[in-house]
Amino acid sequence: MDPINFVILASILFAIGAAAVLLRRNAIIAFMGVELMLNAANLALVAFSRMHGEIDGQIMAFFVLVVAAAEVVVGLAIIIAVFRARQTISLDEPAELKG
Amino acid sequence: MLDLTWLLIAVPLASAAFLLLAGRRADAWGHWVGVAASGTAFLVGLGALIQMLGEDAHHREHAVHLFSWIPGGALDLDAGLLVDPLSMTFVMLVTFVGTLIHVYSVAYMEHDPDRRRFFAYLNLFVAAMLLLVLADSYLLLFVGWEGVGLASYLLIGFWNHKPEYATAANKAFIVNRVGDMGLIIAMGLMFTYFGALDFEGVFAAADGASTAQLTAIGLMLLVAACGKSAQFPLQSWLGDAMAGPTPVSALIHAATMVTAGVYLIVRSAPIYAGAPAAQTTVAAIGAFTLILGAVIGMAKDDIKKALAASTMSQIGYMMLAAGLGPVGYAFAIFHLVTHGFFKAGMFLGAGSVMHGMNDQVDMRRFGALRTAMVTTWVTFGLGWLAILGVPPFSGFWSKDKIIEAAFVGEGAQPWILGGAALIGAGLTAFYMSRLFFMTFHGKARWTDDQHPHESPALMTVPMIILAVGSAFLGLFLALGDRFATWLEPVTGHAEHHEPVLPIPVIMIATLLLVALGVWVAWRKYGAADVPETAPAASLATIAARNDMFQDSVNRGVFERPGTHLTRTLVYADAALVDGAVDKTAGGWARTGESVRKTQNGQVRSYALTMLVGLVIVILVVVQGGL
Repeated sequence: MDPINFVILASILFAIGAAAVLLRRNAIIAFMGVELMLNAANLALVAFSRMHGEIDGQIMAFFVLVVAAAEVVVGLAIIIAVFRARQTISLDEPAELKG
Repeated sequence: MLDLTWLLIAVPLASAAFLLLAGRRADAWGHWVGVAASGTAFLVGLGALIQMLGEDAHHREHAVHLFSWIPGGALDLDAGLLVDPLSMTFVMLVTFVGTLIHVYSVAYMEHDPDRRRFFAYLNLFVAAMLLLVLADSYLLLFVGWEGVGLASYLLIGFWNHKPEYATAANKAFIVNRVGDMGLIIAMGLMFTYFGALDFEGVFAAADGASTAQLTAIGLMLLVAACGKSAQFPLQSWLGDAMAGPTPVSALIHAATMVTAGVYLIVRSAPIYAGAPAAQTTVAAIGAFTLILGAVIGMAKDDIKKALAASTMSQIGYMMLAAGLGPVGYAFAIFHLVTHGFFKAGMFLGAGSVMHGMNDQVDMRRFGALRTAMVTTWVTFGLGWLAILGVPPFSGFWSKDKIIEAAFVGEGAQPWILGGAALIGAGLTAFYMSRLFFMTFHGKARWTDDQHPHESPALMTVPMIILAVGSAFLGLFLALGDRFATWLEPVTGHAEHHEPVLPIPVIMIATLLLVALGVWVAWRKYGAADVPETAPAASLATIAARNDMFQDSVNRGVFERPGTHLTRTLVYADAALVDGAVDKTAGGWARTGESVRKTQNGQVRSYALTMLVGLVIVILVVVQGGL
């Protein structure tokens, strides 16, 4: 199978993730969108690794996995903290930091 | 003694400082310190004069080096005194008349609580005036020039609890500033053209300078002289300056300070020698002012203001003479000296009259004072005869010479200048006789509370001495051309020129006009009754009573446009300069406002911005550059 299909799939996944982040108010869903975008990037990296016959892309994918794990920890902690303070996980509610 | 001339300035200055610092505890005797300081200056001056008279005529110029003043680069100026016959003449006039007026003031200011301060200012004036005439450079002269201006300001406004007196002091100060600008510009021109400010350096360089340069300097010096000497168009302050105590009017605004302009012109003779146009302007200004002052003097009812107008007119004669060049310099200074005596004497007489009449100055409320104040009447009368130019009194010897000199020349000039001087003599005779008759003759028009009495000896003795000077000084100095010979080392030898009219004709015409003036004044103010309030009069008289509307002219020509100009400039500053700055700042502030709105705190909109930015970056990378 032509590896370019994986890249196309990664693009579609990235677009879905981005749309989830931009369009959904629920922080958990937006968070899932972020994860989806990260994994789309991972898929693209692995696909490029395959296409070029080099291992660099796969190494990079592992890095992304580690960073994503850390990000989940911090992100969920923030969401819980916000929920405790406001009893909501809507992304539009906390908008005090504005000019 | 000549090495001690610095004492002339130092002693009165120290006395002024002492009197001002000593405070109230010197009130009882402080005035005698002032008299002693002025007297000491006179004795030092007298010693120097005697030493100078013992010297050969060509070695009478002494430079007394004091200290290195401005040792710097292009301008290396020493402070020094120039003691020559011209400055010596002034030293004697200032210290002698000054000391007499100091003595007079002891009695005149007796009941004033601030007499000590008054004497401090008088001493300050004497010191500054002596510095002015003794300075050996224009810059040091300028220090004295400003010093006398300051003393004049302080003394005009001595009774500054009256607002109009304080205003008069301000007026004198401000009008004098206009003249001072002329002197500053003249010094700037000298420094630019010649690189020097001391008399020696400037006069040496003036020989090789172009006519245009010398004319510019000469005209600027004339502006300075007009300011200080109350000559047209800067004459407006002198009348109001009479707000000061009468001894001040006698010393500063009649005998000495106001003649500083004449001194400046005569001292700058080498500059005017190369600038005939400037010299003619000096003469024209003098001729015009002498008529202007005389016309104003004819209509004034305030005895001091009439005398002030007369001073203006007489200084006009001096300026006219100074504007004639070497022919006239000696006569200008001669008239200055005799005028210093007779006008100071008459001012002191006016002060004596005011002293006896509860400070009344309106001549329409005087009359018949000759019986009540005999000494004042006689001394004033001698001054009156002197200013009229009746032979053999002082004024005849000096003023007649000026009139003769004014008739020297070619073309229309001698006829205009000489005619003005001749008519001026007639007008002088009229207004001085009017003043004299209104005050001392006719019927008594005193108010009920006035009990005229003769002044104490401290006042009458100086008046008598000045009256003797008014009577005989002219004759004494004119005999054998003593005075002209004495000044010759400074003013240069003048070739004798024949006037356009024969001298006897001029002399007889002058005397006839004087007699006519006296006769008209006698008919109107001596023999006839004088109304106690000024009668309705023709437009010309009203104009003269109002100083030829000089204040209205100044207000209309300078003050109003000046006010409008400054307002326009303030507006332009606010609208254009400030406006540009404000508008620019406002624009940036509004830009900031609108940009601020993008920081809306919405996480998702930030995410969108990031995404859009990312897409753009990717597009740029893929397209290989913008």
